[in-house]
Amino acid sequence: MFYARQGMFDPALVALAATLAIGFSGIPGLFLRKPGLGQKSSVVITIFASLAGLAASLQLLFNKTTTTYLIHWNLPFGSCELAIDSISAFFLMPVFLVVGAGSLFSLGYWPAVKNQETEPVLTFFYGLLASSMGLLLMARNGVFFIIAWEIMALSAYFLLVTEHEQKDVRRAGIVYLIATHTGTAALLVCFSLLAAQTGSFILPAAGVLSAMSPFAGVIALMAFIGFGAKAGIMPLHIWLPSAHANAPSHVSAVMSGVMLKMGVYGIFRTLTFFNDPPLLWGGILAIAGIASAILGIAFAVAQRDMKRLLACSSIENIGIITTGLGVAMLGVSSHNTTLVYLGMAGALLHILNHSFFKPLLFLGSGIVIHATGTREMDQMGGLGKVMPRAALLFLVGSVAICGIPPLNGFVSEFLLYIGFFSQLKASSLTYLVLLAPMLALVGGLATIAFIKLYSSIFLGTPRNSNATAPHEAVFTMLAPPALLAVLCLMVGIAPQFALRLVFPAIEAFYPQLATADLSAEYGAILGEMSLAGLLLLATVILVTLLWRWRMSLSNISSATTWGCGYQRGTNRMQYTGTSFSELAVSVFNGIMHQRVERPTIRGLFPSSTYCSDIPTETLLERVIVPVFSLVGKLFGFLHRLQHGLMHIYMLYIFATLFILMLWAH
Amino acid sequence: MITLADQLLVLVLLINFISLGTSRLIFSIRAVAAQGVILGILPGLIHPFSWHLVGITIVIIAVKGFVIPLMLGRAVRSAEIKREVEPFLGFVSTLLLGAVFTALSFGFAGRLPMLPEHQNYMFVPASIATLMSGFLILTTRRKAISQVIGYLVLENGIFIFGLLLAQAMPIMVEAGALLDLLVGTFVMGIVINQISREFSSLDTSLLTSLKEE
Repeated sequence: MFYARQGMFDPALVALAATLAIGFSGIPGLFLRKPGLGQKSSVVITIFASLAGLAASLQLLFNKTTTTYLIHWNLPFGSCELAIDSISAFFLMPVFLVVGAGSLFSLGYWPAVKNQETEPVLTFFYGLLASSMGLLLMARNGVFFIIAWEIMALSAYFLLVTEHEQKDVRRAGIVYLIATHTGTAALLVCFSLLAAQTGSFILPAAGVLSAMSPFAGVIALMAFIGFGAKAGIMPLHIWLPSAHANAPSHVSAVMSGVMLKMGVYGIFRTLTFFNDPPLLWGGILAIAGIASAILGIAFAVAQRDMKRLLACSSIENIGIITTGLGVAMLGVSSHNTTLVYLGMAGALLHILNHSFFKPLLFLGSGIVIHATGTREMDQMGGLGKVMPRAALLFLVGSVAICGIPPLNGFVSEFLLYIGFFSQLKASSLTYLVLLAPMLALVGGLATIAFIKLYSSIFLGTPRNSNATAPHEAVFTMLAPPALLAVLCLMVGIAPQFALRLVFPAIEAFYPQLATADLSAEYGAILGEMSLAGLLLLATVILVTLLWRWRMSLSNISSATTWGCGYQRGTNRMQYTGTSFSELAVSVFNGIMHQRVERPTIRGLFPSSTYCSDIPTETLLERVIVPVFSLVGKLFGFLHRLQHGLMHIYMLYIFATLFILMLWAH
Repeated sequence: MITLADQLLVLVLLINFISLGTSRLIFSIRAVAAQGVILGILPGLIHPFSWHLVGITIVIIAVKGFVIPLMLGRAVRSAEIKREVEPFLGFVSTLLLGAVFTALSFGFAGRLPMLPEHQNYMFVPASIATLMSGFLILTTRRKAISQVIGYLVLENGIFIFGLLLAQAMPIMVEAGALLDLLVGTFVMGIVINQISREFSSLDTSLLTSLKEE
């Protein structure tokens, strides 16, 4: 019966309809007077559309044929094609999943009744952001792609400045706007050059362009800058931490879990155009990737704001994905199928995994913020006792993101490790093995960062007694992260099935792979791993049960966590997150500066005083801000042209027109 | 038919001079409305009949000839101003400049590399002259309502040019032009409203106080 239906519903059409439905879901809310109705209808539409879209994109992923839709748009940029091949379908999955989850979460996190002013706008732009991401994945026309890209960038901006009465939020918005438009400028160059090469704005099919032509290098570089700025690859990441930190949590989840991936998709798609990429491209991607991973996680370790920490860890994860992409490109250039497969499988699986655990953590942080009203980790503590469910979900996400088995983060990093080591005995590309210790370093630092995050939020005792009494979250806020946590566990336990999801996209990227049976080989390895994972999980559950049973037999006396045996330990005696990570941060002193403001202490009995330390980012504070202020000074004379007299502005246009007319003669 | 179109274009040019030379806002608005109606008739004269064309004609006449002028008239009445009192440049000098620009645009249009079948029509010079008049009004007048009038004249100039370019106007172009007009009027409406509320006058030169330091 299912197959009979398949003929009736074209999955591509379902995916397109779902995308549009999500995009329009926020519109009724803009006009309804009564708060709440618009939000509820939007959530219902979004969830149903997401489910339909998710099913459709799964089906499309395994479809060999690609349906192409044509939009009649009367614009002078060629025909506007929409198509969903397996690459698009693969990237569509996180879009639908995270958007649906975030939408349900918003019901409890940003209730319309309490936020009558901001909610309709937030809901509207949330749908628009999701819809534009879906459309840009389907776009096969450069101009349409840029249009969708800009809608995405701008709706993300409006979501980000939801709480625009705060100065930090406005600043984050401006930085984001500058960064994203710098990226778009590069993309305009990229797509114009592509159009000049192929003669139309239709995006070229896989492997059509030669990478040896003089423009290929420029196109690839511009794509790297434009898409890299969105993905947050170092050094184009400056907008990312403050933007993610200041947006509402479900928006941060979508931004980090999905929007960054659009940058990766762009790089990925651009690379498919070329048939013989030079070794240099893969090298640059791998190095930029691993550098982002290390620096990103080093920044994360130093953060005090939990959402900033998560944002910096996104930079790290994007770095890991880019490294995998770079390794795969090195494989393409050297015609090494194993390397292509492992690099690509690692990168794509990590994209999927990151879109599970990062939204999980962002939604978890939303629960925490909702409960405590602050983002400062050093103000929290002991929340595990009042909100055990949220704590468990957060723990799953943290373990997954650190790459610890039996969760999903481990699987993708494992594939990358095999990739690095696979060339150890080969004659070329031996140096790839050097990436392995770096990735290990990243993993170690991630563990530090997330121990800091988890323990300073959920363990210990409350550090700030002023905080309002925290409470466990409502069902609509717990269900989405719980779903994501289950997905994390499922991919971790049964990685061989996740590998099947990834394969069609790899095949589309590198068709020569179809003949190789690498997939079966590594599927078998992962199958063994899944047994080990199951065993580990069983052990964990068994030990927990034993421990519970043992505890129930004896008397339990409770004392302060980390009280160090003192009878009257106070909450000020425990480690704070900052003190925990101080050593690790000091190692990276050059790139990550910890500005410590110490009071001077005089006399035998000094009065009470405070010491604070603020993590600062060297690149932003030492390079980018000074450069921008210098540019601002140099162009100060232009301010005189902007005097506010409208007539003279008109005169400028008039004069320009006149001069151009005279010029023509 | 073409000769009739040319005669109508002459009328359009004359209306430009009316709106350049008069200080009475209501008169100016009516002149522009008349210009809008003429422009609405023009497509019917130069393109073969189709229902599409009828639709365009009706919409253009309705919007340019009635809706916008009525709105402007209401704005004038509610703001209780009748005249443009002190323009940046006097009416006589504006008129003279308008004459100079009209002459220049005829000279310029003569040198444009055009298709031979367009060579003898007045569309291009009339379009450029109207555009220039619009610019003149925009730059020399002080009141926000005069600015809107200038904007409308400018848009009419662009519209005349569009008539020539598009054999059968694609829907996108019409939509673009009409949207432009709507947005422009809308923005100016907001400007008018805000200026009169903030400064209790409609003098756009007061906007300098909004300038960023």
